[in-house]
Amino acid sequence: MSTSQTTTTEHHPALAHQFDSMEQQQDASTFGMWVFLLTEIMMFGGLFTAYLIYRIKYYPAFVAGSTSISVSWGFANTLVLIGSSFTMAMAVWSAQTSRRRLQIWCLIGTMILGTVFLGIKGKEYYDKYDECHIPGLGHQIIGKPFNTTGGCSATNKDLGNISKEIRERAQNDHEEVSEESANQTADQTQIFFSFYFAMTGLHAFHMIIGLGLLTWLLIRATRGHFDSQYYTPMELGGLYWHFVDIVWIFLFPLLYLISRHKGGI
Amino acid sequence: MKLNFPIFPDQASSMAWHVDALYLFLVLLTTFFSVLIAVLILYFAIKYRRRPGHVAQQIHGSTLLEIVWTVIPLGISMVIFVWGAALYYHMERPPSNALEIYGVGKQWMWKFQHPGGQREINTLHVPTGRDVKVTLISQDVIHSFFVPAFRVKQDVLPNRYVFTWFRPTVPGTYHLFCSQYCGTKHSGMVGSVIVMTPEDYANWLASGKAEGSLASLGEKAFQQYGCTTCHRPDSGARGPNLEGLYGRPVRLTDNRVVLADDNYIRESILEPNAKVVSGFQSIMPTFRGVVSEDEIMAITEYIKHLAPQESNPLNNRTTPTQIRDSEVPNIQQQNKEQNEQQQQQSPQGTRPANPSGKKP
Amino acid sequence: MSTATTTPVPVMPARHFLNDNYGIRSWLLTKDHKRIAILYLLSITVFFFIGGIFAALIRLHLLTPNGELFSADTYNRLFTMHGVNMIFFFLIPSVPAVIGNFVLPIMVGTKDLAFPKINLLSWYLYIGGATFSVLAMVSGGVDTGWTFYAPLSSGYLRGHVILMAVGILIVGFSSIFTGLNFIVTVHRMRAPGMTWGRLPLFVWSNYAASLIMVLGTPVIAITLTLLALERGFHIGIFDPKLGGDPVLFQHMFWFYSHPAVYIMILPGMGVISEIVPCFSRKRIFGYAFVAFSSIAIAVFGFVVWAHHMFVAGISVYSALVFSLLSYAVAIPSAVKVFNWTATMYKGSVQMDTPMLYAMAFIGLFTIGGLTGLFLAALGLDIHIHDTYFVVAHFHYVMVGGMVTAYMGGLHFWWPKMTGRMYPEVPAKLAALITFIGFNLTFFPQFILGYMGMPRRYWAYPPEFQVLNVLSTAGASILSVGFILPLFYFLWSLKYGEIAGNNPWKATGLEWETTSPPPTHNFHEIPIVTKDPYAYGEEEEEVPVVH
Repeated sequence: MSTSQTTTTEHHPALAHQFDSMEQQQDASTFGMWVFLLTEIMMFGGLFTAYLIYRIKYYPAFVAGSTSISVSWGFANTLVLIGSSFTMAMAVWSAQTSRRRLQIWCLIGTMILGTVFLGIKGKEYYDKYDECHIPGLGHQIIGKPFNTTGGCSATNKDLGNISKEIRERAQNDHEEVSEESANQTADQTQIFFSFYFAMTGLHAFHMIIGLGLLTWLLIRATRGHFDSQYYTPMELGGLYWHFVDIVWIFLFPLLYLISRHKGGI
Repeated sequence: MKLNFPIFPDQASSMAWHVDALYLFLVLLTTFFSVLIAVLILYFAIKYRRRPGHVAQQIHGSTLLEIVWTVIPLGISMVIFVWGAALYYHMERPPSNALEIYGVGKQWMWKFQHPGGQREINTLHVPTGRDVKVTLISQDVIHSFFVPAFRVKQDVLPNRYVFTWFRPTVPGTYHLFCSQYCGTKHSGMVGSVIVMTPEDYANWLASGKAEGSLASLGEKAFQQYGCTTCHRPDSGARGPNLEGLYGRPVRLTDNRVVLADDNYIRESILEPNAKVVSGFQSIMPTFRGVVSEDEIMAITEYIKHLAPQESNPLNNRTTPTQIRDSEVPNIQQQNKEQNEQQQQQSPQGTRPANPSGKKP
Repeated sequence: MSTATTTPVPVMPARHFLNDNYGIRSWLLTKDHKRIAILYLLSITVFFFIGGIFAALIRLHLLTPNGELFSADTYNRLFTMHGVNMIFFFLIPSVPAVIGNFVLPIMVGTKDLAFPKINLLSWYLYIGGATFSVLAMVSGGVDTGWTFYAPLSSGYLRGHVILMAVGILIVGFSSIFTGLNFIVTVHRMRAPGMTWGRLPLFVWSNYAASLIMVLGTPVIAITLTLLALERGFHIGIFDPKLGGDPVLFQHMFWFYSHPAVYIMILPGMGVISEIVPCFSRKRIFGYAFVAFSSIAIAVFGFVVWAHHMFVAGISVYSALVFSLLSYAVAIPSAVKVFNWTATMYKGSVQMDTPMLYAMAFIGLFTIGGLTGLFLAALGLDIHIHDTYFVVAHFHYVMVGGMVTAYMGGLHFWWPKMTGRMYPEVPAKLAALITFIGFNLTFFPQFILGYMGMPRRYWAYPPEFQVLNVLSTAGASILSVGFILPLFYFLWSLKYGEIAGNNPWKATGLEWETTSPPPTHNFHEIPIVTKDPYAYGEEEEEVPVVH
């Protein structure tokens, strides 16, 4: 029924036993990574859909919530992450062109930028904690219950006071909003913040895993594993990192930008 | 053969035999195809059994046959779909002029309130020959109102009214089940629907101890909670006039048009800034945690009775999509125009304020 | 069947994947897809019996209408644990992870799956998820129902919901990685000459199921995560008291869980597509139609989820759309049933055990599938939704369909996996007992459902008792049918007749290699030149009919 096919006797040390050639291995591995990224899209997609549904249901609260997070820091993070995608692409290119030292530096650069991103995120989370914007019963651990109507700090009634911000913005637009109504909207921002933390948290979790992967790639790169003959892991790492970047490119407008009240910085 | 246990439910509503007809058609269809396939495979297994000298015939396939046995099931499916859809469409749209009963499901019991104020727990008395619409809500988790004899079922949700309706036809006592798993005593959340002739039903209504009709209870609550402070018919009122509101389309500040139904009234009490009527400010406080579900139902019933008697063609529409935009007056626009006219006549005038909440 | 001149006595190969390496490490750190398949076989069998014990307890309890055997809380945990174990820890991995892992690479003509280490990871994730599930069970269990509806599960129940949710999340990733592996293997690792049109239908079915695994499972992952966040941190996603929408949970849940049922059934259909041609000595009727039906089921399966929600408070118009699409998804399954039946026509049929299971599948799946049409009919679904009618429907497709197909596949490929034949007489007996027990258990439930007996009821009105007793009687017979194979399969490992390469004279690359296969599957990579199911090519000349 079948005739045999002689297998090549010499093969690259990194060729796994199930593959017939480096080309097949490269091909299958990148294809596999794309399929994996597809699953990640479905996961984030589910979360984004839920977010969008609630945005429509609680529109004014989401406007207030978006305005209360810092678009400057968010934008800074966007630049940082795009920069890290650039350094990552450079790292992959260096591997493809057998530039060992450049690979290493680019990987290190990516990791530094990734860490900067997480640092800025941490600062934003801290701000939210300080302003009593962390939703839910987590207050039993963190000590600051959710409060958007001026009850956050005994000394500073304006801290985290979204209700007041809503009323001030309305006045600037020559409109009137009652305290009652503003308080109701401010209470509803709890849902916005739940999604904010869920979405950015899941993203940050993926970034941390990404940093772990980059560490492993760095170790292998320093050992000289990657060159033009074999750079598959770098390529896969690059794909993953770019994906995490793209998720942020979606998160940033969804959380920080859309319907943000003009003038809110 | 007479069995001393039932194998088919009672038919006690106008829809029951319609549903049963579809069911029986499907039973026949299923039996036919199942028997056909079973007979064929057994027949082939025997007729074409392996024996010396008998060789299988290698048949690739037949596109014609594939088309036939795709198109015919598709056709049959479409018949079933249309039949089921027609039934559903009818069953999901409560008729107007139905007897309205309110029900609350909670772990693990049913509470019903009749418009005359009679209350029942785990039993529901209804008359034959009349459409009965049950408005339902849950106080905690999702339940489901299921009366097999009526072929009626509706999941009962927290924080949102749902409706079901039926027209009982045969007096008797029938099972009421909760059919959405709701915790420990889910199977204990059962009761009886007692269908009576109209005379018996009237007697039952009269005999009960009612503290007044549901609407009058609602009126009391309406006054007790201070709703009359703002919701008055005069033009200086800070809240919209509720007379004739129920069942009418309402234009909101963001120019959307919604129908003032039970859910709208409930939302307005619990989350007033979600939908603010055009021409008014969003100053209404929330009554969440203050008003109970029973009171909300009573208030809703009261507001329904505030409808003026003249018929409104818009009342027959059940969804806002059926209402043409041009038919719904923009009170705010009218007020604005009136004010501008007044302003031209007298220099001092106040612009009506727009509450915050930009157009999405 | 023509007798050959001399048929050599089959012998066990000297070296094969089972004895190539010894020791626990060689199994727990294996990269061999065949060993991983065996690991899965052992694991899912354990969970099948755990789920089965819960089922037995449920049926025992339902002998009397007044809930005399267990308390309501215990009963609620029993049916939840039965559902969760059977669905997530048995049915979803069954054919793909056991049979698929074993034969799929061989069927496409390659040495292993594309990512053997990820395959092993899949198994460890299964074990990890299963551990959480067992932990949840042992600490008292969960009583949410396998559907976990909010706000009940996020705000009102005191069981170990989060533990169980974590377990399901982890085992979901096991499923995702298996699917990913299959997809890449089928795309990139086929042997020379193995075009898509020459792939066995088992591969097509598992490929379609893998598409669903990969696209659908992440959604349940995020749903469970949000549920756990709501429950743990009291944030409002689904609970209206916190501003959430409970119907959103149902949409998100069913978006995965409906395609999940196709993850469960498609591989089973693939098994049937292999068995029927083999035991009819005839090529499958309508290969292309069966292949594309698998893909069609996968695609349509994603757009029908809200047929579980017709009375949940969705709009009438949305319900109409979902009902229409649900009828569309039924058609490809019907096409398959007709094609299998037509395959037997003018074949040369031998009713060995795998064929008995395949024939049972065709009949029972037909009934189960047709009763799905009842549920898709909107006006009728109002009455039968959440009753025993639904329970009967899904047990017909899942047990009468899927488990039957799994058993058929196990019997069919057992000689390939172990090198030994199972004993035919006990096997046929078990098949018959299973068939009788199954129908007696679940047919009365259709009647109970139409009468109005709701699901998940600890106690029920007395007029339902006779049918419940019949059902329990059936369950006791069914359990015998499932326990018997445990004994004779184990027996066969030592005393079973040696099988040889191809005891069934089946087509397919897996039958060209030894039984059990060598660790690297083939001594030489095959080059494929023939169509699949080339039965009858070595026999006497027969006019070929197109």
